[in-house]
Amino acid sequence: MKNKLNSEDIALGIRRRVFEHCIKNNGAYLSQACSSAEQLAWLYNEALNIGDSIMPSIPESFSGVPHINNKNYKTGAGYNGPISSEYDRFIFAPAHYALVAYATLIEVGRMAPEGLSMFNQDGSSVEIIGAEHSPGMEMHNGTLGIGLSTAAGIAYGRKLNKDSGDTCVFMSDGELQEGQIWEALQVSVYYKLDNLWAIVDVNEQQVDGAMSDVLDIGNIQKKINSFGAKCIEIDGHDIEAMRQAKKEKHKDQPLIILARTSPYKGMEYLKKRFPRLHYVRFKSEEERSKMNLEISKELGIDPIEY
Amino acid sequence: MIEIVNKPYSYTFKNYASKNKKILCLSGDLTSSCEVDSFRDEFPNQFVSMGMAEQNMMSFAGGLSMSGFIPFIHTFGVFTYRRPYDQLLASIAYPRRKIRIMGFLPGITTPAGMTHQAIEDISIMRTIPNMTVIETGDATEVESICEVADKVDGPVYCRMLRGSVPRLFDTPLKLSDIRVLNSGTDILLITSGICTEEALRARAALVNAGISILHLHVHTFKPFNEEKILDLLTNVKLGVITMENHLVNGGLGTMISEIISKHGLPKKLIKLGLKDTFAHGGSKQYLTKYYGFDAYALIKSIEKFIGQELNILEEDLETARIENVHSLSKAEAL
Repeated sequence: MKNKLNSEDIALGIRRRVFEHCIKNNGAYLSQACSSAEQLAWLYNEALNIGDSIMPSIPESFSGVPHINNKNYKTGAGYNGPISSEYDRFIFAPAHYALVAYATLIEVGRMAPEGLSMFNQDGSSVEIIGAEHSPGMEMHNGTLGIGLSTAAGIAYGRKLNKDSGDTCVFMSDGELQEGQIWEALQVSVYYKLDNLWAIVDVNEQQVDGAMSDVLDIGNIQKKINSFGAKCIEIDGHDIEAMRQAKKEKHKDQPLIILARTSPYKGMEYLKKRFPRLHYVRFKSEEERSKMNLEISKELGIDPIEY
Repeated sequence: MIEIVNKPYSYTFKNYASKNKKILCLSGDLTSSCEVDSFRDEFPNQFVSMGMAEQNMMSFAGGLSMSGFIPFIHTFGVFTYRRPYDQLLASIAYPRRKIRIMGFLPGITTPAGMTHQAIEDISIMRTIPNMTVIETGDATEVESICEVADKVDGPVYCRMLRGSVPRLFDTPLKLSDIRVLNSGTDILLITSGICTEEALRARAALVNAGISILHLHVHTFKPFNEEKILDLLTNVKLGVITMENHLVNGGLGTMISEIISKHGLPKKLIKLGLKDTFAHGGSKQYLTKYYGFDAYALIKSIEKFIGQELNILEEDLETARIENVHSLSKAEAL
């Protein structure tokens, strides 16, 4: 499954796919594709040691929430391969990046392109905010901050089980404002969870705008290092930098990679909307068609028909 | 004389958990306060100290469950839902993780006041989908709790008693069962938790006064045995009294009123417990009296139903069991 394509091409494919969806549907979590495309491409294509998907390539429709009477309940984790001691376990924390996650699954061949047409449709499991049953998800992360704690619990359990696989979390920087993240860091450092690592999309954006205007959290690397974790900061669009960061020794420590990114990387025209980037919804037909023309050009594709 | 058992949870958990290495004992910095300190000392590999960080503890437990372990969470009841409610829902309840939450200090059983008294836990826990809710009322129920909770295919909240616990029952707790402590025809009295022991103080005096009481003890709030309550409710003449160490809104009293209204039964209901009020710090005896859900308050409620005074004095009730503030059966801290 790994390395059939190069990660740069996958990243471009993610951007194109999310952009096409955004234009066709008059809105999407678009800037998140700009900032995180390289990270997700690299995770699925290179970094994660995971098996082939065990789920249908066209996602099944919603089959009910977990309930004692719902015997057929399944999470979307199977898109990341089977759960097994030698494989890594992947937790996707910022659930609003779901569209980017689905685009990634398509680009790496774990989901059929048709799956995206089910996005945010009633009765579909391909939900706008990734649910436990959504492709590639294993838990509800719509409430930000719980991903790292959960991964720490998994990593602790996997140490007891003597699993060789790691536990990895994809996070976003906005959720570092949640106190629970720091509780999770405390416990991961205290228990020397070196089988736990995270990559954080540091795009400096949150719902209300730039984090520096909403609630500046200062020097993240210094904070995380002072908590006792191994924290490395890299250019989040530089895949070679990710490879090197992952090689850093972090014996007895969790590894946190801060991927510094731009929320309009690859779609510079989006900058016009700054700081309203959290969810891109066009205000007018004029804005939509102009953005279609300009960004298509940047992405090297024909304008999207809608 | 009633048998008093010293720290029944301590040996119960140790006996149960030591037999299954997949069980992990989590503690939120309240290890001796939740009577798992000797387990920690004897089975350190099954003990996970989580510190004072409940939000993390709930999600971390979810993660442990995702890697094949069975976490038993130990802390005070209030700390399992007030601060980490979001985590309780997203990491434990929604995914139906097999996590056993042992919440100590139910209601007014602590002198530590509002911040420590879980007075609304049953109302909150029973409305959470997928959650099972159990309350222990005596030492025998505490001795059954690990096995009963661990059989549940999903998360369980247990309202736990600690320290010197009376033995009232000689049969183990059976999930969703309701104990019939006394049969009678005039009034249906339904009690739970420590209120059962309290209500028993009035038993002899009521027998002497010729009042026929059908007394039930409820330990499982969810799944609740509605059929049994309905069956017994239908035949009592005067009405129903509930007595709970909890707010009267949302807990046992409310659950009975839901059954009464659902089935259109012409029954009056008096709900004893905390009436839309927080409590303050004090002894159990003082607080149950102050807030009107002690044995004497029960007598007064029965008088309302029968429409006449029973001439029972407080001295006529069996002596309340007073726990020492400091004793060997208690944790050093609160």
